[in-house]
Amino acid sequence: MIPELGHFALALAVALALAQSLCALLGAARADARWMASGAALAYGHTIAVGSAFAALIWSAVTDDFSVQNVVENSHSLKPLLYKITGVWGNHEGSIVLWCLMLALCGAAVAGFGRSLPSILRARVIGILGLNAAGFLLFTLLTSNPLLRVWPTPLDGRDMNPLLQDPGLAFHPPLLYAGYVGFAVPFAFAVAALIEGCVDAAWGRWVRPWALASWSLLTGGIALGSWWAYYELGWGGYWFWDPVENASLLPWLTGTALLHSAIVVEKREALKTWTVLLAIATFSLSLSGTFLVRSGILNSVHSFASDPTRGIFILVLLLAVIGGSLILFAWRAPALGSTGLFAPVSREGALVLNNIFICSIAVVVFTGTLYPLFAELVFGAKLSVGAPFFNATVLPLAAPVLLAMVVGQILPWKRAALGPALLRLWWAALIAAAVGLSVALGLRALLPALGFAGAAWLIFGSFGEIIERIRLFRIPLATSCARLKGLPLAVWAATIAHAGMGITVAGIVGMSLAREKIVAISPGEAVTLAAYDWRLDGLRDGAGSNFRERIADISVWRDGALVVRLTPARRSFTTQRMETTETSIHTTGFADLYSVLGEERDGKAILRLHYNFLAPWIWIGALIMSLGGFLSVADRRLRVGAPARRPAQSVPAA
Amino acid sequence: MTGKRRRIYLVLACAIGLGSASALTLMALSDNLVFFLSPSQLAEKAPQGGRAFRLGGLVESGSLYKQTIDGHPQAKFRVSDGAASIEVEYDGILPDLFREGQGAVALGSLRPDGKFRASEVLAKHDESYMPREVADALKKSGHWNPSAGPPPPAATWNTLPTKPGG
Repeated sequence: MIPELGHFALALAVALALAQSLCALLGAARADARWMASGAALAYGHTIAVGSAFAALIWSAVTDDFSVQNVVENSHSLKPLLYKITGVWGNHEGSIVLWCLMLALCGAAVAGFGRSLPSILRARVIGILGLNAAGFLLFTLLTSNPLLRVWPTPLDGRDMNPLLQDPGLAFHPPLLYAGYVGFAVPFAFAVAALIEGCVDAAWGRWVRPWALASWSLLTGGIALGSWWAYYELGWGGYWFWDPVENASLLPWLTGTALLHSAIVVEKREALKTWTVLLAIATFSLSLSGTFLVRSGILNSVHSFASDPTRGIFILVLLLAVIGGSLILFAWRAPALGSTGLFAPVSREGALVLNNIFICSIAVVVFTGTLYPLFAELVFGAKLSVGAPFFNATVLPLAAPVLLAMVVGQILPWKRAALGPALLRLWWAALIAAAVGLSVALGLRALLPALGFAGAAWLIFGSFGEIIERIRLFRIPLATSCARLKGLPLAVWAATIAHAGMGITVAGIVGMSLAREKIVAISPGEAVTLAAYDWRLDGLRDGAGSNFRERIADISVWRDGALVVRLTPARRSFTTQRMETTETSIHTTGFADLYSVLGEERDGKAILRLHYNFLAPWIWIGALIMSLGGFLSVADRRLRVGAPARRPAQSVPAA
Repeated sequence: MTGKRRRIYLVLACAIGLGSASALTLMALSDNLVFFLSPSQLAEKAPQGGRAFRLGGLVESGSLYKQTIDGHPQAKFRVSDGAASIEVEYDGILPDLFREGQGAVALGSLRPDGKFRASEVLAKHDESYMPREVADALKKSGHWNPSAGPPPPAATWNTLPTKPGG
């Protein structure tokens, strides 16, 4: 009964989403307040309908209803409750429903929080979100319906891929999807602006919180995914330049560019057309990222939920959304006009530079990700583009951005001089030079030294704006403190986000110094890696609710003192007849001691041991970046209203 | 600062950004493209100069030999596509799903003695999974005709005749 109700709710959601978009868009075109108001009300109804379908799916999974196909394929009665719930979005069908729920929530949020928006703009945004939602809900209903029944009903399910039975991956998809889908709102704003033919400072101010919130969620989602890959796959790496990872990196890059260019729109009313294009590009990349990966068009080592038969529907849908918005852009963008003057050396000039380089990185990553597909279709050659390609192209393009973002932050708007700005950062340069020099002398290696110097420049230099604003040491300390309290939250947010980036960079550079060792040793024996003695104490058996495991007890010693006991294991999952390796990681804050148990042979256990220098900083930095983004959103909410909107000059397109 | 000069700066900045991006891409592509070859393609024309490539096929049943040298695990096995096969050497832990008679992809290069030295061996997380390249190579060598139905069980591929009905 419950699955049928869910199925019905899903069908209802398609109708409501379609009605939402029609009422809102037609209402906006006719400037009819009642039609527009019904669009907003339908957005709530659509959200409740998708929410009910999703709840029905969760209910079926939790109650082990093995008459539902999706539950049979992905669940098992012995699976722990947490994974029964999170398993719902661990597969294609369930994850698409979650995706639709997020999109519906975005529409409802615009309807709920956007009361101060001009009613026509709000209606258009709601309408465009509804149109998108209708397309993807239809896709779910017709090709990926998770609520279908199966007959005869099996006694038990086939269980979920054990690699996915992990807290990190349980919460990674919702975060990532929230980030992806959140960019639908800036997209809808961009399309609405194109229809109206008007982009102004107020528009920038409304778009930015959405872009910021989505960006923060996406940052968190990507970081969580990378962390999962690090500890669960047990390969010791954190980023493999895999198509799935690149697919999430692309919208992150253009999203980063978007939230910076929206500042220019808001403060200087320049870069309007560009910002609109970025908003369209970011959501398009989010869409293609999600669906190209899910449809199996992009081959990957860790895409779990893929099915090529749905490819055509999704390609047509993508073509409609992306192609449609780009055609609208080509047609209407000239109407936006370009105003706002700016000098190359100024805050806005620096933001343009940021956009150029970040988008170049995005282009390079895009090329590298799609080139194998292109080469196979055009030349029939099978090839792959791996990490060396991305390292050789992304690093040289990222370095200038990372160096310049510190300087850009302290440049004033409109007109600035580079020399004085650089002089004011002398202390950060000094710290960076000291860090670089000490690493160079200590390690006798040039690249890590440069990397660490860059990271230090970024971490410390990010505080340059705050120090400038409170005029530290140039006026009495008490006055500085008073100024510190009065600083807008947005300044703190930018500083924190940029410093977080610096911490991530330090982590990435540190990981290039990671060391690993593969050994086969008997219990009682020890090996030395990175000044630690790793001793294998013994091997034992264990069991969990749906797996058996073999555990190695390793004690790690430094200078004769016990540091930690590690327990890497190999698990065999009985239902899926699959083995996984469970890493055991101890973090000191500055490094990870990372151990993996391989197979056993002739009484010896094969161990892979890693000493990952500064590895935790990668994710701590990402977390800080994400926090910075949220702080900036908070600042906007506290501000009293957006500036009054100038009347639109051009006639809206009918 | 006139509008014209500003525009020149902007165009210049874009040109530098995109120009360096495309230059880097082209340079990196020419150096870092990793081709996928099957053992029979390798037998026809081997890549020269120790260039890295990916080798894909089935792990021949009974060819896997593991040993430990000075406390370092080493594995030797043969990768085949039915028509040809080649010996692979790998230092390290084979992936959890690595099995004889199943598909695998190895990244590495040819040594002067004609053996393949792998730096990385991949087997997918999914037991029924066969890397797409391996599937295509199998179709080409005649082991599997997709129009005749789903692929036969992985463990039997090695013992199938090279050409169907032949």
